[in-house]
Amino acid sequence: METLKLSALPEQSKQQPINHGRFEAYVDNGGTVMAVAGKDYCVIAGDTRMSDGGYGIQTRHYTKVFQLTNKCVLATSGMQADTIALQKRLKLMLETYQKEHGKPMSTPAIAQFLSNTLYYKRFFPYYTFNLVAGVDEKGEGWIWTYDAVGSHERVKYSSQGSGNQLVIPLLDNQVAKRNQQIIQGNGDVSCDQVVSFVKDAITSAGERDIYTGDFADIVVVDKDGVRWEKFELKLD
Amino acid sequence: MINIDFDSLEQPTLFDSLASDVKYLDKPHFDLPPNSNPGDFLRETFAHPNAPKPLEFAHGTTTLAFVYSGGIVVAVDSKSTQGPYVASRSVKKVIEITPTLLGTMAGGAADCSFWERELGRRCRLYELRNKELISVAAASKILANIVYSYKGYGLSMGTMITGWDKTGPQLYYVDNDGTRLHGQRFSCGSGSTYAYGVLDSGFKWEMNDEEAYELGRRAVYHATHRDSYSGGAINVYHVQRNGWKKISSDDCFELYKKYYNIAPINKPTN
Repeated sequence: METLKLSALPEQSKQQPINHGRFEAYVDNGGTVMAVAGKDYCVIAGDTRMSDGGYGIQTRHYTKVFQLTNKCVLATSGMQADTIALQKRLKLMLETYQKEHGKPMSTPAIAQFLSNTLYYKRFFPYYTFNLVAGVDEKGEGWIWTYDAVGSHERVKYSSQGSGNQLVIPLLDNQVAKRNQQIIQGNGDVSCDQVVSFVKDAITSAGERDIYTGDFADIVVVDKDGVRWEKFELKLD
Repeated sequence: MINIDFDSLEQPTLFDSLASDVKYLDKPHFDLPPNSNPGDFLRETFAHPNAPKPLEFAHGTTTLAFVYSGGIVVAVDSKSTQGPYVASRSVKKVIEITPTLLGTMAGGAADCSFWERELGRRCRLYELRNKELISVAAASKILANIVYSYKGYGLSMGTMITGWDKTGPQLYYVDNDGTRLHGQRFSCGSGSTYAYGVLDSGFKWEMNDEEAYELGRRAVYHATHRDSYSGGAINVYHVQRNGWKKISSDDCFELYKKYYNIAPINKPTN
């Protein structure tokens, strides 16, 4: 008969290493950001829903648009923690630049700088999908669109995040006037028209993407600075 | 006089440890993932059942370059994809490293543009230090040595480095495992097999410039026709004795109409 052992510890051979669980680096908090550049302005929209990675909503008031300078904003979707880390890092470096050079960094320089910042995390990327929108030294509106590790391109309109695939075809069709059988009107539209178009676009994304909704920040950047507006989306 | 280093006697203050957290931002460096091999990190992370949707990096595809009697022709497409999603149809895949050197982008878009920009910086420094332009052999070797030092880190790039130096027109192929080859004709990316088919069958040493541009354009065009990861517009560059020159940028669909001369696909033939 086997004798019962009263030792507190299991036998050496039965000892198991303590399982701390796996390191999970990322969670996708979702959300959609988009931006359209006009001749001398940019319109940026980002919803304010933050999901828990699944079906849960953690907050309805998480702003995805971050002002970098008077002429430039950063719109980021993806993981909230990485977004905050990235924003903090950029803010610090831009403040340092301002102190050293006595002027804020230009928008094209910020665009290249963000690319490098993302690439320095090439082997442990930020789970973020970014847009930089602003006006350059000539006062012209431009958008820069990024992948997670800093590949970037200067464009006139773009979208990133969970509703990206819903919004982009709409922008292609209505902003670039591409893929249309009948093209009417010239491409020149006013800032107000673009604002209302962008509101329609983000509302549509909110209708068909569960990670997008609640409210939208509508931001206009032009030579006079950055103007913010809150816009209601569906709360369901 | 003897210099004594007192640094080791000074105890770090709370401010120092806080400042060092911030100070590292001044020095460019790569953050590495904790407890894992950088090359395996992303694959392992996203293999986990609870992981969010995998990060898709932008990728570039069909590129080619060849040497002929009049110099070097570089032809590329302009589509960038993140998995099956078309991220852009207007990418500049010919990277203008310096006014005399060209590089191409295939594989990871960020890897190619970052490292070829860094290569441009090093070539300019070489020029300032040595008062002469860097040879294509040396430039391509700088890039090959960089990527070789990151072997196993998961870089993805296939690139052609071209230029005209003291020894004439030169073409090198450099890829992420450190391969560096000197040659006459190279093509890189998912559409490269199709491009090689047209390029190799149509290649002659003696061509006038127009024939050479058309060969490059046609080779990339046929790659875009059969490879879904390639498309957009076709950009052609010419490397000449005194630097490179951009020749053309043509939309694939316009070339389709030109080469096949049939009704556009969205209009019925009456």
